[in-house]
Amino acid sequence: MTLRKIAVLSTICLFAVGLLAGPALAFKGAYKVGAVFSVTGRTSFLGDPEKKTAEMLAEKINNAGGINGKKLELIIYDSEGDATKANLAVRKLITQDKVCAVIGPSLSGTSLAVVPLAAKYETPLVSCAASYKIVWDDKESKVRKWVFKTPQTDTMAVQAIYAYLNKKGVNKIAVLSVTSGFGASGRGELLRLAPGYGMKIVADEKYGPKDTDMTAQLTKIKGKAPQVIVNWSVGPTQVVVLRNWKDLGMTSIPFYQSHGFGSRKNIKLAAGAAEGVYCPLGAVNVAELLPDDHPQKAVTMQYMKDYTAKYNEPLSSFGGHAWDALELVADALKAVGCDKAKIRDYLENTQGFVGQHGVFNFSPDDHIGLDKNAFQMVVVKDGDWTLAE
Amino acid sequence: METITLTGQIFQYLVTGITVGSVYAMVAVGFNIIYNVTEIINFAQGEFVMLGGLIMVFLHVAVGLPLILAFPATVALVTLVGVLLDRLAINPIRRPTVLSLIIATIAASILIKGTAMFIWGKDPFDLPAFSGRDPITVLGAVIQPQYFWVIGFLVLIVIVLTFFFERTIIGKAMSACADNPDAASLVGIDVKRMVLLSFALSAAIGAVAGITMTPIALMEYDRGAMLAIKGFGAAVLGGLGSFPGAVIGGLILGVIESLGAGLISSGYKDAFALIVLLFVLFFKPSGIFGNIEISKIKRF
Repeated sequence: MTLRKIAVLSTICLFAVGLLAGPALAFKGAYKVGAVFSVTGRTSFLGDPEKKTAEMLAEKINNAGGINGKKLELIIYDSEGDATKANLAVRKLITQDKVCAVIGPSLSGTSLAVVPLAAKYETPLVSCAASYKIVWDDKESKVRKWVFKTPQTDTMAVQAIYAYLNKKGVNKIAVLSVTSGFGASGRGELLRLAPGYGMKIVADEKYGPKDTDMTAQLTKIKGKAPQVIVNWSVGPTQVVVLRNWKDLGMTSIPFYQSHGFGSRKNIKLAAGAAEGVYCPLGAVNVAELLPDDHPQKAVTMQYMKDYTAKYNEPLSSFGGHAWDALELVADALKAVGCDKAKIRDYLENTQGFVGQHGVFNFSPDDHIGLDKNAFQMVVVKDGDWTLAE
Repeated sequence: METITLTGQIFQYLVTGITVGSVYAMVAVGFNIIYNVTEIINFAQGEFVMLGGLIMVFLHVAVGLPLILAFPATVALVTLVGVLLDRLAINPIRRPTVLSLIIATIAASILIKGTAMFIWGKDPFDLPAFSGRDPITVLGAVIQPQYFWVIGFLVLIVIVLTFFFERTIIGKAMSACADNPDAASLVGIDVKRMVLLSFALSAAIGAVAGITMTPIALMEYDRGAMLAIKGFGAAVLGGLGSFPGAVIGGLILGVIESLGAGLISSGYKDAFALIVLLFVLFFKPSGIFGNIEISKIKRF
């Protein structure tokens, strides 16, 4: 091979490399954002749509030119729903990947396991889990400085249900809950808030997260003759309990589920048993039912369209928590760049941010940003959600 | 608003308990078959149940085979998985010790679970009930027709297995391996083939358990481990290696769980079963039907 040929070849090669790398080079650097979700394992029904949503959003943002001309680089780790793995993942994101902010984890348990890291490394964390304890330090009775969260709390869900029951004149209820963190926390709020709404709890039954039959618990409840049943669980158990409820012929006692019921897959799986079941849901679940003047109509419709087009599966409301978290962080990055302290300050002062699960108004005393109006009461009718009157 | 009498409630708890217990019993019988021939605990036993449920959903709901065809096809496929488990994981181990074989079954269970997750995803699946979902009311208790299928198949399995082990040459040969593998091979019984057969048989029983329980409790890829634990508890309660023990142990476990949840506290449901298990083992370490002399000879 002559020298000239080599020269020509290498020029061509360089060109080719330049062409391939071209689009990537258009970005002036990158903003790194970390994410930790329960992508696999028992709670994958949360982490899977969250991961898909975050990936979809990052792609969309980058296709539109990134943030301030910089690429949004999303680094996602799987916690498998395990507190230790979540802790390691967040540590790695902050110390090795050097991210500007972290979104997730998906569960209250895994989130509580990582909040000390956010404070230690002074990195903003936007959790996608329910418990208020994630942003509220019970021991010191103050807001955790570096931690925010996007989902509604179980307190708000309980308030929404109780307010609705008050309107219907119901005051004698049975509580059913799963013995996981989600169920225990919801049960605690149901019991705590009951006196304030004049609710009398006649039965307080529990079942395990892997139980295959809740007939015994329901039979006991039947004996106590409550006006409604309020069930607090996520995953397969909330479907099995519904079927048992229907099989036992208890449909004359209306069944209320927590906001954890927010997936159409559950209605399908219940094979008809979900008919007439009530639950409080964020706007994202019922986008097409919202009136046109609803502030969240536009964002929720857009998200639903994008998600179903890209993944060809029904939207899960849990993905919406990741949407809210990532968009909040992206908003902050756009305003202040990758400065952890400034991102935190920006998030804390965010007002009127229209998200999937509500309109967020954060303040130094409130790192949740939502109230019970972020829930609409929804009832299952003809196999789909309908707004309850 | 309708209420229910205490008798009705207790009857309901018993019916539910016996149904759940029947599933535990089927898993426990599966444990025993393999334990008797190989002296190992097959930790992939719960995975057979899970596969039974999910393959049935695939064949019956997705492919659309009628129940009468999908049922044997599912059992055959899961049996094949059991055979492969023996041929690929158990048989090739050069110097088998009880421990290394048990570890192999743990590995297999993780592998099967992971594969199932890739094939079916992580959502639970539903199967139509065999004979409709219109519940029958007896003495104030509500019974799903599917309950009878679960209990009925347990009875069928017990009858078939009793006949198999008492009346057929192969069954007797398997029992011989259970009693003394060395002596069995001396009289010309191919112990390795018996091991293969035991895996096939217990996979088939696991599949039946999975198929019959799915219409009641749904099925998803990681259900196996919990069922294996309950089934193992039932096997130990009844006496490891004893077939009547497995059936009685499973039913007792199911009924205690159900009665405990209904009458005392549903939060401690699993604890009641474990307390009874510990209590029995405390007074009779070999289980209800176990024989302490025999268990001394066993390596595990």
